[in-house]
Amino acid sequence: MTELFTTIGFYAFGLVAVGGAVGMVAARRLVHSAIFLVASFLGVAAIYLLLRADFLAAVQVLIYAGAIMILMLFGIMLTPNQLEDGGRAHLGQKVGAALVAISFLAVAAFSLLGTKWPLAQTLSEQPTTEEIGRLLLSGYVLPFEVASVLLLAAMVGSIWIARED
Amino acid sequence: MVDPTTLTLNHFLLLGAVLFAVGLYGALARRNAVIVLMSIELMFNGVNVTLLGFSRYIASSAPLLGQIFAIFIITVAAAEAAVGLAIIIAVYRDRKTIQLDDIHLMKW
Repeated sequence: MTELFTTIGFYAFGLVAVGGAVGMVAARRLVHSAIFLVASFLGVAAIYLLLRADFLAAVQVLIYAGAIMILMLFGIMLTPNQLEDGGRAHLGQKVGAALVAISFLAVAAFSLLGTKWPLAQTLSEQPTTEEIGRLLLSGYVLPFEVASVLLLAAMVGSIWIARED
Repeated sequence: MVDPTTLTLNHFLLLGAVLFAVGLYGALARRNAVIVLMSIELMFNGVNVTLLGFSRYIASSAPLLGQIFAIFIITVAAAEAAVGLAIIIAVYRDRKTIQLDDIHLMKW
């Protein structure tokens, strides 16, 4: 019974994620794109919960639906009058992009579904936050520290690039 | 192949691939630089769904490795978004446009 609910949840939230994504690339107005993208991020967060990645789901809501979307909205509002001119002049670009995306999807689906993955016999149902915290401060402490240096460099760099003259 | 009633790894792999493909279309077809940046974030999301699917369903001696990997991808994506938007704002201040067609100073 829970499995049925999980499956229904997967299709519902997957639809939200993909629908938000399609709305984002299709919307004409930039703020509409941003709102569709928030819906997509939240759908993906629910998918993470179905994958028993509770910590990642929380991070997804906080970082993507929160911080990165605020950044994008700042980007939209600091660059006014940037609506794309609609339509036919760029039809070729759209057709080309659609061809690339569809052929990527075909190749990816073919290879992903055709591979025999070494599946686990039993699926873990344990919460992951505690174990991830332990791993980040033991086995993966070096990449953890390097990531903090990367974030510092990105912060200083973006302030330097975006400063007035 | 995909059995629609019980969830398998293939469901999540396909969802990740679809999200990545939609993001790829947006990054190639749209001409506003902010939308292109948002499409790239969408592609990151597709990759993360795939990694978390592998992390849950594949037999491994390090079961949470996929989730750790996804955390670092999110970190790098946040850094990329900050620097990318800084570049966009700098370009806008200089040229009053962020339409990618009109930014062709270094185009041969």
